[in-house]
Amino acid sequence: MNLSTTAAKVLIVDDEPNIVMAVEFLLQREGYAIEKAYNGQQAMELAIQFLPDIIILDVMMPGLNGFEVAQHLRQNPQLEYTKIIFLTARGAEQDRETGYAKGAEAYVVKPFDNDALVMVVNEMLAFG
Amino acid sequence: MNPSGLSLSLVIGCSLGYISLLFLIAWWIDRRADRGLGLGANPYVYALSLAVYCTAWTFFGSVGRATTGGLSFLGVYLGPTLMAPLWYMLLRKMVLISKNQRITSIADFISARYGKSPTLAVLVTVIVVLGIVPYISIQLKAVAFGINTLTHFAERSPLPPSSIFVDAGFWVTVAMAVFTVIFGTRKLDPNERHEGLVAAVAFESIVKLLAFLAVGIFVTFGIYEGFNDLFSQALARPDTAALFTFEAAGVTPLAWNMLGFLSLLAIILLPRQFHISVVENTTPRHIPKAMWVFPLYLLLINIFVFPLALAGKMMFDGSVNPDTYVLSLPLSQGATWLALVAFIGGFSAATSMVVVEATALSIMFSNHIIVPMLIKTRRFGADKQLVDGATRLLDIRRISILFMLFLAYWYQKLVGSTYDLVSVGLISFTAVAQLAPSVIGGMYWKRATEQGALAGLIIGFAIWAYCLPLPSMAKAGLIPGDFVENGLFGIAFFKPYALFGLNGLDPITHAAFWSLLWNAWLYAIVSINTQPSTLNLTQADLFVNIHKYIGGQDSDILKREAKIIDLRALLNRFLGESRTINIFREYETGNNTSLENQKIAHADLVNFTETHLAGAIGAASARLVMDSVVKEEVITLEEVMRILEQTKEAVEHSRMMESKNAELKMLTLQLTSANEKLKTLDRLKADFISTITHELRTPVTSIKSLSKIILDFSNELNEERKQSYLKILVAESERISRLVNQVLDIEKIQSDSSQLRLEQVDLVALLEASVAGMSQLFAEREITLQYGENLKSLLNHPNSPIAIQADRDRLTQVLINLLSNALKFCDPTHGEVEINLEQQGRWAVISVRDNGAGIPAASQQLIFEKFTQLHSHELGKPQGTGLGLFITKSIVEQHGGLIQVSSEQGRGAVFTVKLPI
Repeated sequence: MNLSTTAAKVLIVDDEPNIVMAVEFLLQREGYAIEKAYNGQQAMELAIQFLPDIIILDVMMPGLNGFEVAQHLRQNPQLEYTKIIFLTARGAEQDRETGYAKGAEAYVVKPFDNDALVMVVNEMLAFG
Repeated sequence: MNPSGLSLSLVIGCSLGYISLLFLIAWWIDRRADRGLGLGANPYVYALSLAVYCTAWTFFGSVGRATTGGLSFLGVYLGPTLMAPLWYMLLRKMVLISKNQRITSIADFISARYGKSPTLAVLVTVIVVLGIVPYISIQLKAVAFGINTLTHFAERSPLPPSSIFVDAGFWVTVAMAVFTVIFGTRKLDPNERHEGLVAAVAFESIVKLLAFLAVGIFVTFGIYEGFNDLFSQALARPDTAALFTFEAAGVTPLAWNMLGFLSLLAIILLPRQFHISVVENTTPRHIPKAMWVFPLYLLLINIFVFPLALAGKMMFDGSVNPDTYVLSLPLSQGATWLALVAFIGGFSAATSMVVVEATALSIMFSNHIIVPMLIKTRRFGADKQLVDGATRLLDIRRISILFMLFLAYWYQKLVGSTYDLVSVGLISFTAVAQLAPSVIGGMYWKRATEQGALAGLIIGFAIWAYCLPLPSMAKAGLIPGDFVENGLFGIAFFKPYALFGLNGLDPITHAAFWSLLWNAWLYAIVSINTQPSTLNLTQADLFVNIHKYIGGQDSDILKREAKIIDLRALLNRFLGESRTINIFREYETGNNTSLENQKIAHADLVNFTETHLAGAIGAASARLVMDSVVKEEVITLEEVMRILEQTKEAVEHSRMMESKNAELKMLTLQLTSANEKLKTLDRLKADFISTITHELRTPVTSIKSLSKIILDFSNELNEERKQSYLKILVAESERISRLVNQVLDIEKIQSDSSQLRLEQVDLVALLEASVAGMSQLFAEREITLQYGENLKSLLNHPNSPIAIQADRDRLTQVLINLLSNALKFCDPTHGEVEINLEQQGRWAVISVRDNGAGIPAASQQLIFEKFTQLHSHELGKPQGTGLGLFITKSIVEQHGGLIQVSSEQGRGAVFTVKLPI
């Protein structure tokens, strides 16, 4: 598939397989290359291998949580241009601020609107 | 029997014999007291000795007064009876103050209250001596009268004795003086306590009561046929019938009230009453007994007064002096023996009064007038080589007694014959009542000053003197009598019986009204407008708040220092060497120190010395002599106020504060921990809510997103994909409803943890039922569910239940949770679960074993917390809410049980529930 070379790459990180499944379906339809991770540790490993353009990151996960993952990844120069979108059930203003402080470009609260999520990803890749 | 009377020698002989008996009693009790066997501990002796109040005036004079004033004589006894209940407040306080300050007389009391003022001490002594000497004189007169009545009854009017050697009154005075000198000044007691004297007085109280009752019974039941007969005969005659009413007897209710009021004050202020009730008091605990014994005594001694007055008036019809009815009634019937008994009763009333009064007056006179005079002229103590100070003090005391008694004798000779017994007594009462504002005010009003007391006493005394004794002296022809009729300088406004134009009152009521009014008024006004001295202030605080000082540190806050050698010399001079040694030893043991190597005496020793000295020579004099050796630091009024505020009142407050403080500390602790708990609860609640929110949002997110995908992209999805998405939707919906149910469960468990519906539950049956309920699920997953060995054997013996008190539904929930857990976590392909039950002592133990992956040691405690779920890395999440084990644990703990898990990685897990049987 030539997609793998030209298409933008998205890493989906969530401990809920059903949510990963839904996001994967939505972004695959847009033609992106998808990788999936089900916890923080796995996400760190895959991010370095895969060097995604966008990481969609859950916050509340067993082990490393999303904020910690973001903090670590931001220290990696290889991932300098990687954009991070938090996709989380934590909707408080304070959490949102933390999210941006950890280096995220967008913060989407669950339950999310399919179209809105897709639009955020598309725009970010087009203009970012 | 000689109907005309008894022989003089018999009467004198009996009197002397009676006095000898008193000597014997007093001497015997004193001897016992020296060996510590005195009667000081007996409250009845104290109560009876208070009856020194009943004098010869009572004995002879009450009957006399009743013949003209009817029942008015009762006022004199109702006053003290009304006062008796107040003793618990007033007298107790006086006793406590006096013990604390070693006060020895009423003058000492007043002087000590107003800054140990020597001026006040002198003034009070003068007032009291002038007021009381006539009172003593009427006792002498009563005895002389009695003797004359007994010996000259036939003549019906006693002749004045022609020379001093045949004057019975003179010899009576001598006998009483001797007795008083011997027992009132036997030794210099620091507390002025004379147990022998008190015992003799108590004995005399009994004698006079019995004697009076004997005469009363003789007249009422011997001459007449009881009260009814006597009263009906009296009512039949207009002159005696009149005595039954106030108006006809010429007594106004106002006069009667004033009489009661004066005697109410007299019972605490008369020097002899103060001496007996305060100075001779051994413990305030005797007061409650005296509060009923004394009024009872008064009632008994007054029962026959009125009948005797009526009988005398009817029988003698004015031919006999009414003051002698007690004697003349038996004499007229030829009952000379009874007359003699009656005389001894009256004699004993007179002697007890005279002895105590003279002792009290001589203490005042020597302590407040003679000693200060000698100290000022440096005659005292300087010649220590010559006479021991103690002996010298006693000599002064003795001379004072003789002086008082012969003053009284002289007064009686001079003016005593002009008035009847009761009038003189009431004049004395009015004089003594002048002390009331200073004494009572001083005990309850801190602001009262020395100047206020002086002003009140002077004006009160002046009005008293002008209105009562001066006119009587004028009548006796001793001074020009013009002012009595026309007023001083001829001004009618100053007529002594109608002062300031106040007419229509009898002289006593009139004088008492004006003197007490001006006295109290000036006392208050001057006090308010003068500044108290430093010492006055500290003493005022001590008197008013005596309870603070009892058992506490010494009252005197002034910092005074003296050389010990000076103090020793001073005490030697006044108290003698042996007492001085004792006093210092007492101080050493009391304070646990040795004075051997000390040179300077600090404030407490100085105060200690002064109080002991005060016991011998009075507070004011003691103060005076102490000043010669003591160096006093100058303390400003402000400082004293501050110290008073800070120390004395703060003692009370600080004790209160301490307990309050402890309370507050406790409260703070409780609040802190409660707050901590609330904070924790708050945090837990916030955590819980945020977790619940997250746990709810997660399935909702899946549902929302996937259902929208199905809706939007139905044509892009193959049937298989659609099916799997729809299955997820169903599962996630179930997850939500399960979560909601469990949250509700938790809510229920936590809100009504006490409302377990306990009943007898057979665990064997319960396990069997739970297993049966779950067997379908196990079968679907092809997982083996089997009974443990012990449970199997229990099931085979249906008559061996393991029964506990439990809530059946909740316990079922526990079992289902455990079994569901095992179902979820056991080996996915060869799942095996075993349930067992056994009894271990007092515990029923249920265990559920699975053969799953096991639980890492680090997580074994964590799994019982809310929303803890163990995630398998590869497979994502097992289906669950993370609340199941938390709920299980809560239920088990509600039943008083505990839940544990034991597991090794890869070798399954065993959940054990222990429930108490």
